Amino acid sequence: MNRDEEFARSAEMTKSGTAQAAKSGFHREDDELDEEMKQALGNFRLSVKSWSEAAYSRPRGAMQVHGRRIWRLAAGWALGCALASGAVSGVVHERHLRQEQVRVAAAAQAERQRIAAEQQVRDEEELLAKVDSDVSREVPSAMEPLAQLMAGDESQ
Amino acid sequence: MASGITLEPMTSLTADEMAAEEFSRIVTSHRPQIFRFLLASTRDVDLAETLTQECLLKAHRNWGSFRGESSAMTWLMRIAINLQKDHWRNRRMQFWRQTRNSSVDVDEASDWLPSGESSAEQKLLAREQVGHVWVAVGKLSERQRTVFLLRYVEERELSEIAAATGLSEGTVKAHLSRALSKVRAELRGQQ
Repeated sequence: MNRDEEFARSAEMTKSGTAQAAKSGFHREDDELDEEMKQALGNFRLSVKSWSEAAYSRPRGAMQVHGRRIWRLAAGWALGCALASGAVSGVVHERHLRQEQVRVAAAAQAERQRIAAEQQVRDEEELLAKVDSDVSREVPSAMEPLAQLMAGDESQ
Repeated sequence: MASGITLEPMTSLTADEMAAEEFSRIVTSHRPQIFRFLLASTRDVDLAETLTQECLLKAHRNWGSFRGESSAMTWLMRIAINLQKDHWRNRRMQFWRQTRNSSVDVDEASDWLPSGESSAEQKLLAREQVGHVWVAVGKLSERQRTVFLLRYVEERELSEIAAATGLSEGTVKAHLSRALSKVRAELRGQQ
């Protein structure tokens, strides 16, 4: 813990020291650094320290932080709600579109089936009519030998 | 026998109290340095405060496992470095955290000047130098930045930086050398 106290003490010393004092005690084993670098690094260190001290000892505005958090929360919720409603409406629209497509496809299929069935009925009727006419035309000639036989018997 | 049973909890309580007191003392003395390191790393006061709180909370939870192999400051700094690393890693992954970024820009950070500079010319020069170092720090890799800040802001010894970052001293020196080269180049670029 002596080491820690030493660190804390040295930190306190640099806190209260001027820029020049900090520069002179800076970088024991960084002698290869030129003066400009030493000065820049010293200024940087003191700048960070003064910023840190000011930020560390600033009055903590509980209300301010609270207010900021509320705004962030509200903005987050608003954005979240917008995204969620967008996603939901997108899904609903997509679903509706898909259902419409399915309905149209089913109607088209039914129409095609109806037309095919009607065509089939028409074809069958035409076929039957053709068969009837063929039979009605063929029967007399098919019965001709029998008719001749009948005629021969009658003459004898 | 009876007295032994009564004394044991009292001794344990005293040890707990002592540990709590010691931890409280360490927190009081090291908290500003942890905050300063995190502020310099993130340039975000709110984030630095949050990470400092997390660091001390984590340290409190693990205080029992601290064996004193390194100094308490090095141990706390190691926790802070890891928290900071986790934060950047998570932030890269999460878009939402990007919107919460409240870090200040280089110009604003450079407004904080060392009080020792007297003349207006010196102040201007110091401001420019600080600004250029901030720009260079912003261009450093995460490790280079950590090593650079520990060395030149926190004024830690190389062995302490090695212990806090988990790197060898040679690696620390290499990172430091590269970081200094970049800072030097940035400073030369200003002229």
